[in-house]
Amino acid sequence: MTDPLVWLILLPLTWASLAFPSGPGRGAWLAIAALGVQLMLVLLLVVDVTESGILVRAVGGWGAPLGIDLAADGLSVAMLLLTQVIALPLAIYARSYFSATAPEGKYFWPLCGFLLAGLNGLYLSADLFNLYVTLELVGLAAVGLVAAGGGARQIAAALRYLFAMLLGSGAYLLAVALIYAAYGTVSMKTLAPLITAEAPVVIWLAGGLMLAGLMLKTALFPFHFWLPPAHGGASAPVSALLSALVVKASFYLLLRLWLGPFAGLTAGAGLLGWLPATLGALAILWGSCQAIRAQRIKMLIAYSTVAQLGYLFLIFPLLTGEAALRAGIMQAFAHGLAKAAMFMTAGVLIKATGQDRVDSLAGAAQQLPLTMFAFGLAGVTLTGLPPSAGFLAKWQLIEAAMAQGAWIIAVVVLVGGLLAAGYVFRVLRQGFLLVPATSADTSVFHPLPRTLEWMALLLAAASVLLGLRGVELMELVSLGGAV
Amino acid sequence: MTSGLLFACVGALLFVMGVSGVLLIRHLLRRILAFNLMGSGAFLVLVGLAQRHGVADPVPQAMVLTGIVVAVAATALALALVRRLHALTGKLEPPEADDD
Amino acid sequence: MTLNEAMPLAVLASSLLPGLIIFLLPEAWIGRRTVLNLSGAVAKLVLVGVLLVGVQGGVDYGFGYAVLPGLDLLFKVDALGLLFMGLSASLWLLTTLYAIGYLEGAPQRSRFFGFFSLCVTATMGIAMAGNLFTFFIFYELLTLSTFPLVVHRGNDKAMNGGTVYLAYTLAGGALLLIGIIWLHQLLGHGDFAHAGIVTDLDPTYDGQLKIIFLLLIVGVGVKAAIVPLHGWLPQAMVAPAPVSALLHAVAVVKAGAFGVIRIVYEIYGIEFAHTLHLLTPLAMAAAVTIIWGSLRALFQDDLKKRLAYSTVSQVSYIVLGVALFGPVGTVGGLVHLVHQGIMKITLFFCAGNYAETLGIHKVSEMNGVGRRMPLTTLAFGVAALGMMGVPLTAGAISKGWLIEGARAADMNWAIWVLWTSSLLNAAYFLPILWRAGFRQTAPPWPAEQLARHGWRETAWLLLLPPLVTAAATLAVGILATSEFSPLAWAQFIARNEYRLVVP
Repeated sequence: MTDPLVWLILLPLTWASLAFPSGPGRGAWLAIAALGVQLMLVLLLVVDVTESGILVRAVGGWGAPLGIDLAADGLSVAMLLLTQVIALPLAIYARSYFSATAPEGKYFWPLCGFLLAGLNGLYLSADLFNLYVTLELVGLAAVGLVAAGGGARQIAAALRYLFAMLLGSGAYLLAVALIYAAYGTVSMKTLAPLITAEAPVVIWLAGGLMLAGLMLKTALFPFHFWLPPAHGGASAPVSALLSALVVKASFYLLLRLWLGPFAGLTAGAGLLGWLPATLGALAILWGSCQAIRAQRIKMLIAYSTVAQLGYLFLIFPLLTGEAALRAGIMQAFAHGLAKAAMFMTAGVLIKATGQDRVDSLAGAAQQLPLTMFAFGLAGVTLTGLPPSAGFLAKWQLIEAAMAQGAWIIAVVVLVGGLLAAGYVFRVLRQGFLLVPATSADTSVFHPLPRTLEWMALLLAAASVLLGLRGVELMELVSLGGAV
Repeated sequence: MTSGLLFACVGALLFVMGVSGVLLIRHLLRRILAFNLMGSGAFLVLVGLAQRHGVADPVPQAMVLTGIVVAVAATALALALVRRLHALTGKLEPPEADDD
Repeated sequence: MTLNEAMPLAVLASSLLPGLIIFLLPEAWIGRRTVLNLSGAVAKLVLVGVLLVGVQGGVDYGFGYAVLPGLDLLFKVDALGLLFMGLSASLWLLTTLYAIGYLEGAPQRSRFFGFFSLCVTATMGIAMAGNLFTFFIFYELLTLSTFPLVVHRGNDKAMNGGTVYLAYTLAGGALLLIGIIWLHQLLGHGDFAHAGIVTDLDPTYDGQLKIIFLLLIVGVGVKAAIVPLHGWLPQAMVAPAPVSALLHAVAVVKAGAFGVIRIVYEIYGIEFAHTLHLLTPLAMAAAVTIIWGSLRALFQDDLKKRLAYSTVSQVSYIVLGVALFGPVGTVGGLVHLVHQGIMKITLFFCAGNYAETLGIHKVSEMNGVGRRMPLTTLAFGVAALGMMGVPLTAGAISKGWLIEGARAADMNWAIWVLWTSSLLNAAYFLPILWRAGFRQTAPPWPAEQLARHGWRETAWLLLLPPLVTAAATLAVGILATSEFSPLAWAQFIARNEYRLVVP
């Protein structure tokens, strides 16, 4: 009964299902309480995995292939931890953010619950098909959240998002079909020794389809077209959820496949890793430049997501050593925490000023010092300045790149950091401007619940403090069969 | 060519047609249909190739059933969004993308 | 955790905690904020004093833990670090007093003092860093915590100055980071050791080591304002006077100079750096900076800009001293770290007083100011004479040792550089003194804001700090040979840590 693996999926499904019939906008307290429990469960799981390595559970006592196996190793537990750690403060934030009558908050709680169930299920899945189902669950819930209560602009963004998701998972599904045809199994563990460098062409094709589909879902340049309107257009809690967590799911899946079933292919083809890395490098440059130019603050943050996701893909050519994997997970944590915090601050700023342009932020540091401070801390992490999780990620990434003579990656990381400073300090600069008290067009700052500001600050501070103590997380990632 | 392989080839063809449809068609209703074509293609590959030695394998059947449920859900969501867009803009085509 | 391990943390906490609490204080709680600020500053001074006694007695203070597998955050208190810490702690107290007076009634004081404390925390971290990783963390933290201070005024000019400052320091930081990680790659660690750590490497790595040296020195050289990396410093003059004082005398430029010392002595080792032929180019760069800064200072009418270029020039004395291969030059460079700090902070305090009291920002507006503000002008005069190297002042001691060092190292051109610079110093400081003291006043003052109260020409919190530092300028000069002078401590460092034979 107390098996955390199963309850991590059941619990969010339960509160999401309860929230739906209790009416629009209801279910916040239940969700917050359940998320607290989920966080405890993940911590239990961390202890379990630390003690006994990989955990495997056959749901309902039915084993594979007809039943569903759940598995947890260091990598998946780390991602679960990230998910719950961000979800709890975000839920508290969202409760204050959505007023009782706000149309965009109408179905936030059920959709958010299904999304989290999908994410948790994805991180615990042990076979390719189950991963497909959870991936779709995440995608559909995310599209629903983007569309919820929005105008034509959001609906259009949601549709664009939906078609991108469906294309991506369609390609993934076809690949699953090809793999099943070749090997008669979809269990990642069974597949790993079967797929070798001498695999038939059809397996290469399947791998290619999966790579393409997941790159599309992770919004890797040049497949990022759907992300800025979707993330930039949704309400702040939704943007935070999507940017911090949802895109990480498909990245995790790609990483899992790369290191697991497809290790036989990827290890043999050394140049293959340079494909995602090259696109990642382009994403960093392109996304940062777009963020520097963006007029609306949420667009700026959304383009920053495009850029930050690029770092995740820089690790692929370096995955022969464990350092790169650590760098990748640290970056996922850094970006997740900081980006959630940043979208939350953007929500506060937009609510307080009633405008969403970067130019309208003058005086924010005076009126909303906590929020500006939180934005600054999150920005420090994104820029990769010490002390922050982003800095540790960059340190490890540069170190791994240099160890393998991949200088170009080190240079890209540094240039990306400077560009990130460009857009982060563009906002800070505007916020620090003093507005003369007499000027007529002084934007009026509306009072807001302090919870909003404190939750953003909490996540931003976490992203910085992780930079002072990363040993435990890195040891957790090394546990189990990830590498 | 076995019948299974034939199914798979047709499935692959449908999939490619579906993908091109999703990418190229601007009319949203037709785009949703194209997505369904794409999904059917993938299911056909799954069922067709798993038919080894003339005996049907139950696992891919179960998978396809699940997949159909997912596809139905996705189609429903897409249709709901298109209806909403139609109600808001009176069009069945996505508005021009504006990146900022 | 033993007491000796807790000491470095306590030093950090004595400014970090007050800083964090101050952020949260309402603007109007002036009294509580002041108490917090001052108790933090005094506590830090006491802690540094305890450390000084301890280190002299050979006690080891250190603390470290793993941030990542194989990567430690490491604090170690050694004599060199203490030289910097002592300077920062005492000047922080004075600058805080000054800032309280200077910002009276100004907006956003909680934010100002919060970042001010963070800035000092970063300085302390730099001084106590036991490896390059820790050094880098606090080095960048210093950048981040000074940015809000530079842009504190919140107008467009401040923002532009702040942007230039960030652009320079972040780019420099990126180069420094590459150099540090490269070195980690070669050695597996970056711990400071008094004899240097790269000496064991195979000679085939010499080429790489030279490139790394360049990266590291350029990285710290941005903050040390070595020409041509000095462009941010005059721009950052838009900051309020206490910030300029802190940036130029204590925190930022000294962090750069301190980094040069650590890299040359404790990463490369002075002998090895000499063998790699790295010291002569470094000395040349310092020499160019010394002359260039002085020349530019000559043509500035804005008082703070003139002082800024003077800083560019003076900080490179420290670098020059380090690059002069020999014990005497080293002592000269080390002692100048402290002496320049005391003198330059006096000058900035005084410049702030002129601006705050009478609205004087330009040298050409200073006619006769000595009669209106005699005490401030006296302090200014003492510090300016010190900068020129007039006997009995702090400047004379450091310049004397540097010149001796150059002679001992057979680098006669360096002696010429030092003499030329002294002449240039006189050329840009003496006219100011002459104007202030002997020119007739042409009232009214640009903007007289504070009235005179008897002998008190301005608010006493503005007056006291420069007088104290001016007195210190004379004291460390006259009492240089005593046991507890900065000079004695610099000799102690050279003898005990770098095993140099100091005459």
